Amino acid sequence: MTEKPMPLWEVFIRSRTGLAHRHAGSVHAADAEMALQAARDAYTRRGEGLSIWVVPSAAITASDPADKDELFEPTSSKPYRHPTFYDIPPEVGHM
Amino acid sequence: MTTIAVAETPLVLALLRLADTCLVHSHRLAEWCGHAPMIEEDLALANLALDLLGQARALYAYAAEVEGRGRTEDDLAYLRDAPQFRNLLIAELPRGDFAFTILRVFLLSAHAHPFWQATVRSTDARLAAIAAKAEKEAAYHLRHSGEWTVRLGDGTEESRRRVLAAIDALWPYTGELFELDEVDRTLLADGVLPDPAAIRPAWEATVARVFGEALLPRPADGWLQTGGRCGRHTEHLGHLLAVMQHLQRAYPGLSW
Repeated sequence: MTEKPMPLWEVFIRSRTGLAHRHAGSVHAADAEMALQAARDAYTRRGEGLSIWVVPSAAITASDPADKDELFEPTSSKPYRHPTFYDIPPEVGHM
Repeated sequence: MTTIAVAETPLVLALLRLADTCLVHSHRLAEWCGHAPMIEEDLALANLALDLLGQARALYAYAAEVEGRGRTEDDLAYLRDAPQFRNLLIAELPRGDFAFTILRVFLLSAHAHPFWQATVRSTDARLAAIAAKAEKEAAYHLRHSGEWTVRLGDGTEESRRRVLAAIDALWPYTGELFELDEVDRTLLADGVLPDPAAIRPAWEATVARVFGEALLPRPADGWLQTGGRCGRHTEHLGHLLAVMQHLQRAYPGLSW
């Protein structure tokens, strides 16, 4: 076999109502143009999309699940970062 | 076995030629469902097939109305035999390999795109509306098949060998795209359908551009197949219809 495996691409779709592109899934394709077409055929079959991004999966740097304690645990002791932490004086009214 | 005889006025015949080509080509593409080399392409080919099926339905429904004998799109699709089908021969050839399938979509959509673009200006408002929808679909079919043609032609030794074989097999069937008979002349004079001679330069330019990029040779002009538009078909159409029409033939009037 001289064939190279087909690269993987992550697909992001901006919906009719959404402001930002959201991750929809992934496709296999030989290059960017074919990845765009595969994404169109796989993820916009029901009129979901107005815009598509495809990104080589290999270009994504992901956090290590083993690091989750050091990355995310410290925030659990900082409830004051949530707006619900604060009492709003009644004079302020509805926000 | 019930077989209907359609009263083929020029407009009905022209609509059947377009509809039958869409339906038969759609069926060939649908044969890939579950068999394509990868899931992405399985979906892509099924999407193409569904677009063509939608075009066929709109054209059959209009043809049935114009005929005015109370028939439906299903009657026209399921109750005619091979000699009554008016599709281009290129659409009925067996599905072949992936290169053959892609090249057939390319050669047909390189024609369909400018054809529907021109038909948007038809004096027949109903046909113009069908064309307005079909034009966008054909643009994508051309883009998808064109990009694949480039990758197959300028790809591996095997993909190139296969697409070259597909060109040899399909090229003699491209002549039917530009035929002009009395029926066509009547509709051309009425402004219902565009002149094939006006579509040809766009088709030639698209083929030259994509073949050039794909490093594929355009075959020399030679002998061309004909007959499909008048009901003279290859031996393959009867087998296709036997599968496609089976349920309606075995259980007349069956519905979902």
